[in-house]
Amino acid sequence: MPLPEHTAEIQAYQDTGYDIALKSKGCWTVNSIQNVVESLAGFCQKYKNSTILWDVSAIEEIDSAGMMVFITYYDHLLTNKCSVTLKGITEKHQRLDTLVRQHSVSALEKNTLPFKNYLLSPFHSLGKWVVGLVTELILFMTFFGESSLIFFKSLMHPSRIRYAAIVKNIEQAGIQALPIVALTSFLIGIVITYQGAVQLEKFGANIFIVEMISISVTRELAPLITAIVVAGRTGSSYTAQLGVMKITEEIDAMKTMGFNPHHFLVIPRILALIITLPLLVFFADIIGIFAGMLISEIHLQLSFSEFLHRLQNVLDMKHVWIGIIKAPVFAVLIAMVSCFRGFQVEKNSDSIGRYTTISVVNAIFLVIACDAIFSVILTELGI
Amino acid sequence: MSDPVITVKDIVTQFGDNRVHDGVSLHINKGEIYGLLGGSGSGKSTLLKEMILLLQPQAGDITILGHSVINSTESERDLLRQRWGILFQNGALYSSLTVAENIAISLKEYTDIPMTLINDIVRMKIDMVGLPAHVKDFYPAELSGGMVKRASLARALARDPKLLFLDEPTSGLDPIGAESFDQLILELRAMLDLTVVMVTHDLDSILNTVDRLAVLARKKVAAEGTLTEVCQNPEPDIKAFFGGKRGQARLHQKNLE
Ligand SMILES: Nc1ncnc2c1ncn2[C@@H]1O[C@H](COP(=O)(O)OP(=O)(O)O)[C@@H](O)[C@H]1O
Ligand SMILES: [Mg+2]
Repeated sequence: MPLPEHTAEIQAYQDTGYDIALKSKGCWTVNSIQNVVESLAGFCQKYKNSTILWDVSAIEEIDSAGMMVFITYYDHLLTNKCSVTLKGITEKHQRLDTLVRQHSVSALEKNTLPFKNYLLSPFHSLGKWVVGLVTELILFMTFFGESSLIFFKSLMHPSRIRYAAIVKNIEQAGIQALPIVALTSFLIGIVITYQGAVQLEKFGANIFIVEMISISVTRELAPLITAIVVAGRTGSSYTAQLGVMKITEEIDAMKTMGFNPHHFLVIPRILALIITLPLLVFFADIIGIFAGMLISEIHLQLSFSEFLHRLQNVLDMKHVWIGIIKAPVFAVLIAMVSCFRGFQVEKNSDSIGRYTTISVVNAIFLVIACDAIFSVILTELGI
Repeated sequence: MSDPVITVKDIVTQFGDNRVHDGVSLHINKGEIYGLLGGSGSGKSTLLKEMILLLQPQAGDITILGHSVINSTESERDLLRQRWGILFQNGALYSSLTVAENIAISLKEYTDIPMTLINDIVRMKIDMVGLPAHVKDFYPAELSGGMVKRASLARALARDPKLLFLDEPTSGLDPIGAESFDQLILELRAMLDLTVVMVTHDLDSILNTVDRLAVLARKKVAAEGTLTEVCQNPEPDIKAFFGGKRGQARLHQKNLE
């Protein structure tokens, strides 16, 4: 058998009685057919109302792709009102021709391709995007509503809450998150102390570092940083867990057995985060302030006892409370978004990855947006 | 129909202490539908994997389209890979690509054919395997079992291979789906001059489609030949395979026809 290294060829020459004669040669197979497509397109441009002789006798091998090319341009020449005489057709060509024609879409059908206009297509995609966004929003609202409903229902019947699942989730989302939360809040504490210390030293106002650290950490930084870490860590794992359950049809199985997936999967996760996140924030408060204390000692020669004494006098409890009260709100947002995205996972291999990414990005965005709203409202209220 | 496309000679395969083949020899002629039969675990899939270069046998050789599988250069192997199509048992469609993209992928990657032509070819193949045109934008997860097999067959046929390997093509299909799949294989063979090698358990498939077959048993080929030849073989393994109630009923039916 000849190997498919041969090329396909088409040549034009003069023949008496015809305007032009074409001679096809070589292997018209899928591996070599691209050689002739261009020249054929050229011929089709050039010849209208002509008489053409097309000699195919020298084609060594032809497959369905080759036949498809032949048919496409043969038909094109015919629509150009050329009269094409074929020479050297074998019985095998004939069979393949019938086969390909039988299974290919007619030219008429091809022309009903979707409308495409380069001027309008930006609007087209913008419109699509907006519609997509609104649909997603409505879907999320529905999800939020359904979960909230079941949430309140289960608060009415506390015996039905899945405590075991909650405890397991608290362990994963809370206890196992302690090291990373500690590390990030420690580093944040160091960073802001250094930045503040340099400025305060200029004025000899070293002692004010205590206010700066304690208020910014407890009120803003600890809740925000903790929520972002949890969104990345726990949010993504919620999405992936539910996504896998969706793919393996576990969720469908639950539904058919009369278990509401919201009740069994979503509510325990939300409750676990609502309990965990405030505790983590408090933990981050302590670590952040401790880091500040350490750097103040090293850099500003402010002793621990001085720092602690000042801390007791200047840090209003309200700042700590504000930080901790934000946490359950963030928790609900993170858990809702990541469960919502988990349920959206489709049955193919890259959709888990895609929705996990979307879920983390959404959760972090929502947390920051919500934090901004808190800041505005609390400041306007003068708290 | 007498020049062999595939010659398997004295293959020995061993996984650890488990010897799966011990001198398996057979040959497959051009244009025939060849059945590889045998009980579960008799090494049919393993033999198929050796033919398609996924596994290396410990000894022996397989010659496919004039190339030795054992002593071939990487470029020869690439050439071979272009000339066969494979239908895996579970379809093995790429789940992140649509049906059309699955079929188009080898055309896109290995040839310079313009996109419009690729699209035409894809539509033709979809129609050839008897799928409705609109499934081209479906993802594999949205297809039923029979449709997955057909889509996967369309992918195997994308580059007009001369050789088609099928691993249990009708397993998991309902009897009607299996029969129409058998019919499809017969039609495609006639249309495209294919040589088909299929691993199968399905007695109906064997009766309806297979020209020649080999039965693997006890690490060897227990019998090879046409169905009538194989059935006349007195070996107990063959008797066991065709002698069960289901086998007898089918054979009887076939003889009546
Ligand atoms: N990758 C592998 N590693 C170890 N043993 C294997 C492997 N593949 C197959 N086997 C063994 O080879 C034997 C034949 O398997 P297989 O070819 O799949 O049988 P079947 O005829 O049912 O398709 C079995 O005993 C199986 O355990
Ligand atoms: Mg098998």
